[in-house]
Amino acid sequence: MLSRLAENLYWHGRYLERAEDLARLVNVNANLNMDLPAGISAGWEPLVRITGNAQAFQQRHDQAGERQVVNFLLADEDNPGSLKASLEFARENLRSARDLLPREVWEQMNALYLKGQDTLTGNLAKRRRHDFLRELILDCQQIAGTLLGCMSQDHAYDFILIGRYLERADMTTRILEVRGHDLLPKVDDELTPYESIQWMSVLKSLTAYQMYRRHVRLRVSGNDVLRFLLRNEQFPRSVMFCLRALEDLLAGLPGDEDQALRQITRLQRRLNEVRLAGLRGKPLSELMDHLQAELAETGVVIRQTWFLR
Amino acid sequence: MDLNNYSSNDFHDELIGPGGRPRAAARAIWKYLKGLDSEEVAERKAACELAAMVAGITFRVYFEDTGIDRAMPFDLIPRVISASEWQEVERGLKQRVQALNLFIDDLYNDQRIIADGVFPAEMLEGSENFREQCRGFSPPLGIWAHICGSDIVRDGDGTLYVLEDNLRIPSGVSYMLENRQVMKRVFPELFEDSGIQPIDEYPSQLYDTLASLSPRPADYPTVVVLTPGMYNSAYFEHAYLAQQMGVELVEGRDLVVNENDEVMMRTIAGLEPVDVIYRRIDDAFIDPEVFRPDSMLGVPGLMRAWRSGKVALANAPGAGVADDKVVYAWLPEIIRYYLDEDPLIANVPTWKCSEPEDLKYVLANIGELVIKPANESGGYGMLIGPRSTKKEQREFARLIKADPRNYIAQPTLALSTCPTFIQGRVSPRHVDLRPFILSGQQTYVTNGGLTRVALKAGSLVVNSSQGGGSKDTWIVETGN
Repeated sequence: MLSRLAENLYWHGRYLERAEDLARLVNVNANLNMDLPAGISAGWEPLVRITGNAQAFQQRHDQAGERQVVNFLLADEDNPGSLKASLEFARENLRSARDLLPREVWEQMNALYLKGQDTLTGNLAKRRRHDFLRELILDCQQIAGTLLGCMSQDHAYDFILIGRYLERADMTTRILEVRGHDLLPKVDDELTPYESIQWMSVLKSLTAYQMYRRHVRLRVSGNDVLRFLLRNEQFPRSVMFCLRALEDLLAGLPGDEDQALRQITRLQRRLNEVRLAGLRGKPLSELMDHLQAELAETGVVIRQTWFLR
Repeated sequence: MDLNNYSSNDFHDELIGPGGRPRAAARAIWKYLKGLDSEEVAERKAACELAAMVAGITFRVYFEDTGIDRAMPFDLIPRVISASEWQEVERGLKQRVQALNLFIDDLYNDQRIIADGVFPAEMLEGSENFREQCRGFSPPLGIWAHICGSDIVRDGDGTLYVLEDNLRIPSGVSYMLENRQVMKRVFPELFEDSGIQPIDEYPSQLYDTLASLSPRPADYPTVVVLTPGMYNSAYFEHAYLAQQMGVELVEGRDLVVNENDEVMMRTIAGLEPVDVIYRRIDDAFIDPEVFRPDSMLGVPGLMRAWRSGKVALANAPGAGVADDKVVYAWLPEIIRYYLDEDPLIANVPTWKCSEPEDLKYVLANIGELVIKPANESGGYGMLIGPRSTKKEQREFARLIKADPRNYIAQPTLALSTCPTFIQGRVSPRHVDLRPFILSGQQTYVTNGGLTRVALKAGSLVVNSSQGGGSKDTWIVETGN
């Protein structure tokens, strides 16, 4: 297949995943704030940090209240990382590669984009917002489902998945990084119910709560959540799952160059070897930063290997 | 739908005949539309718009440098033509395109038609689309214009005329195909029992035509569609056709010509050979080595590859020489010269001011005629006789006398109308028709074509960038 289209599909995969992850983040943060005790709030500013947009945000807003952050993350057309922009990029990248995909996918993407244009106007009522984001997650899943059910699993499909899993792994590490900090001062070794709530919100933002309970029957604790979301090989939003998927996908691509594959297996080793018990605060941040940097480097290598010759 | 008061105001109407009765081929649709109540009409109209929007039938409009999408206006009342009439048109179009291809091949080689005194040499000299770089070469099968889109109009007396033949990169066929898809979704019951001829085979016909040009006939040919990119106004069509044919849609930067003059495309597995290019980029931009050196859209070396027979280009570079107004005026003579046949479908009567008899007529009737500069590069405007002042007419008469061979003249036509749904009412609007003719080892004409409709009352401008819309076109068996 054409290198240019492979690159378009890769970015389509990334942007659509980003749109879905942003929707999850905003909804879960709203939920978390509702569950925390009066006087304590998870705030909204962490979401700006999760998405790596702190600088752009500060240029535009003096305070990081719900209205500003939500608007910035969802509807701001000048923020290239916003949900609205992600939908547009997901669609534009698909536009040029549409002849490789089942026609329904383009129709669904178009409908989703138009829905986003209509709804994401900057003064979205909270109740409406929640419903819209829930729907959007389902719409993204519908596209993924149509691809799975109707598209030949050829290289075009592979590149969509590569984009999707790279983005997803990246987003999971970002959520862990920012949400891994304790919201409440620690009194003793007892788990407070609120700490539990905090980690539940992390799980829920990844639709991981139910699956987590099936794997880890104990009550929700930071370490177990971290282990689950980093190392579990069956849950499709865990970092290890994404890395395994990437390993298979990259191994199936044409060419003799295996630098990207080596990069991914190195990441897997690192993730298996690192000690997770008691990991929080700064060391956790550093590990997540490291994973993000390695994932970004993988993106660069993929580009050099298959998109530019 | 309230159709009782419909009147085409003395214009020939495509659906309604004398006495306000529907023509034979349009009876079924007319009866059906009449039976719809206003709610059902609104429902179908909305379904049309939604289907068109969702399918992405949009063309790009440039607005402050940001491409925005606008739904292509689509009218839900189809234009209907009887199968028996269409058969005649089809034969006429095939004849035309066959003659045009022989003509182009002759112009770039022996120029017999000029030597035999049928086509004047000086007409060629001013032609903007004659490519010196194509001299002394004949592409596979001798065919230059593999894809032709001819514009047909119907005059007040019901006669169909070809208004022009687009031999460079005619567009619009994707709208024809998409319109049909939309109509099938919205009016499924009509398609079940109305004897409407299908049009869906166009993409596979196009593929067969292109594949038949491959320089490597023994292998599976690699066919690609070459687009200027997604910001081109017809990009939707390029993508659509590539998808429907199951071939790659490439841009200039995806292709490279190697030292053996072979065209290769850049893929994730490295460079792969290309056999046939359906190019949707103008001649001037396809190869910066030969034509415009500043072109970022083309492929350096493409002409080298083409002339050495390593790759087929459709349409061939230089094919446009036969679609300017000079050639149009000579088409009846061209058909007789190469085919020894009379034209089966009429040209709009055209007076060539270079001919003394014609000149006399044009000067005497200048107030009723449309005067066009024959040579596109002339830089003079047109004169529409009935809408011009005496002073303008005198000025044009002077220009014509000074340089008669630079002018042609045609009568003003009373374009036919078709009932069109405008703001909740059915009103007459002027239409034209663009069928597509494919020439390879075989010749194929679409069943109907793209009907374009001028949505403004009285307007004759059907162009989509200027408020024109389109309709589905039905070729219907009438049984008698």
